[in-house]
Amino acid sequence: MPIKKEKLIDMYRTMVRIRTFEERVSKEFAAGNIPGFVHLYIGEEATATGVCANLRPDDYITSTHRGHGHLIAKGGKTDRMMAELYGKNIGYCKGKGGSMHIADVEIGILGANGIVGAGIPIAGGAALSAQMRGTDQVAVCFFGDGASNSTRFHEGVNLAACWELPVVYVIENNMYAEKTRISDTCKVTDIANRASAYGIPGVTVDGNDVLAVYKAVGEAVARARRGEGPTLVECKTYRWHGHTEGDSQTYKPKEEVDEWMKKDPIPAFRKWLLQMSVLTEKEADKINQEINEQIEKAVKFAEGSPLPAPEEALADVFA
Amino acid sequence: MKEMTFNQALNEAFDEEMERDPAVFIIGEDIGEHWFAGGPTGPFRGLFKEYGPQRIRETPISETAILGGAIGAAATGMRPIAAMMFVDFLGVCGDELINQLQMRYMFGGKIKLPLTILGSSGAGVSAAHQHSKNLYGLLMAIPGLKIVIPSTPYDAKGLLKSSIREDNPVIFLTHKMVVSLTSQVPEEEYLIPLGKADIKREGSDVTVVAIAFMVHRALAAAAKLQERGISIEVIDPRTLVPLDKQAIIDSVKKTGRLVIMDEEPRTGSAAGEISAIVAEEAFDFLDAPIKRVCAPDTPVPFSPILEKFWMPDEENLIKAVTEIM
Repeated sequence: MPIKKEKLIDMYRTMVRIRTFEERVSKEFAAGNIPGFVHLYIGEEATATGVCANLRPDDYITSTHRGHGHLIAKGGKTDRMMAELYGKNIGYCKGKGGSMHIADVEIGILGANGIVGAGIPIAGGAALSAQMRGTDQVAVCFFGDGASNSTRFHEGVNLAACWELPVVYVIENNMYAEKTRISDTCKVTDIANRASAYGIPGVTVDGNDVLAVYKAVGEAVARARRGEGPTLVECKTYRWHGHTEGDSQTYKPKEEVDEWMKKDPIPAFRKWLLQMSVLTEKEADKINQEINEQIEKAVKFAEGSPLPAPEEALADVFA
Repeated sequence: MKEMTFNQALNEAFDEEMERDPAVFIIGEDIGEHWFAGGPTGPFRGLFKEYGPQRIRETPISETAILGGAIGAAATGMRPIAAMMFVDFLGVCGDELINQLQMRYMFGGKIKLPLTILGSSGAGVSAAHQHSKNLYGLLMAIPGLKIVIPSTPYDAKGLLKSSIREDNPVIFLTHKMVVSLTSQVPEEEYLIPLGKADIKREGSDVTVVAIAFMVHRALAAAAKLQERGISIEVIDPRTLVPLDKQAIIDSVKKTGRLVIMDEEPRTGSAAGEISAIVAEEAFDFLDAPIKRVCAPDTPVPFSPILEKFWMPDEENLIKAVTEIM
């Protein structure tokens, strides 16, 4: 079935929104306006966008330390996100979580997560909940190549496979677990091959091709909704920035960086949209302009919002 | 009233709460019709037959998937009970325990995590270090968790029902040496609120705060001390978080002396925390130093003679009381 024009434009908009948000976070972080540390998603926009374009507001996602892209793609508001990064009371977590814990359960975002692999069993639990409540909700679990080497990958995927839970595992293979190359820590080239160990389908796609991601995850989501259990989808992509901002990235060969910069997912998709006459140059520029303004507003919103009262630190421990 | 064991009381609580609320389910290893937990005296007896595999979710040996799964389910509308078998196994899913269960706070109070975590705890059956700990102090030091430590079947049933209805993560510990004890339990439904201590024996000379199985040793020691003319008040906090500080302080105001009997290594123990609270908030009422009757700062040994030496007993308590009289 061909993808509707509005959907394609939405995908473009989402990718640009993620890129613009992240570039601005990078800038504000460098200027000292954002406390803590941030992990940016620049270069990987096609993956989150292609995945979440298959989801309904009541579907769940679990995200990672590199979560801004997932949250924006799932419908997170950039002003509330930015306010959280600034530690403001109006932020998604009232300034208690920051970049690594942004959540909005009302739109199915069960949180970014500062612990690598921790979302895997949590997504399984959300999928179990959907299955037990008799809904056709799906849980999508984002994690990286690094997490696929952790305990929770084995325990979580195995159990979800046994119980045929409606969960889609999306491995964002950006080639680096923090600063360590995946080829040094994993003997399989395609991590999706690990799916066979759990008796579930595994598929590897170009994570910089938003339409390829959309299609592969679409099949996995449909399968999950039909009650046929989990799928492992590996999206091969590349992290343009360091593990955190400020990382000197001496471990990345220059040729590798150059090669991946040429595979920038946003101009590639834009070019395709123009070729297919989904958008004109002018319309595409207008979208970019609107999103620039939106992110500018988000920063102003964050800057202008009040800080939490210090004693707010005492609230929200227990319900 | 009817006489029943601690495990039977837990079994009734599970059954009543599962009957009452379809969101309640149990997830864990060997909780079905197997000998280990579902056998003739186990707390899960008959539940699999009644509620089936949908609500008695028997898992592989995957503690992170059990507790992480329970967290995900609790965050999305269910009310899971995660059966960890032994509390020691929480070590396997340490991330969920110390990093994920605090989700409500990290999310700025946007969600509830109605989740009960069950663990068999305590020494006394020669199970050695990996199956004998209590971890009270360690667990108390983790923000966002409530901790329930019942000592009798009556308390166990009322507290378990309240724990399951809690909208927060609750760690419910069942000490190995109390699960076959019996007491009178009402026929009609009752709840015991978390955070309310119980005076298990009234007395006037020394307050003894005793935790879980230690309540029974404290009561036995109190009977012996009565023969020597020393009147002991035994307070069972029943929950460590929230802790009924007022009940402890009120008792200390009356007796002027405090001994805490706590079966875990002394350093970083619940006993240490209770001592500090009383020292800070009721120092002027103390007529003698606070005493802690704890285990030594070692792992739990296996051989019965070593384990007996390791566990705080009546003689240790009598000695501590005598020292401050």
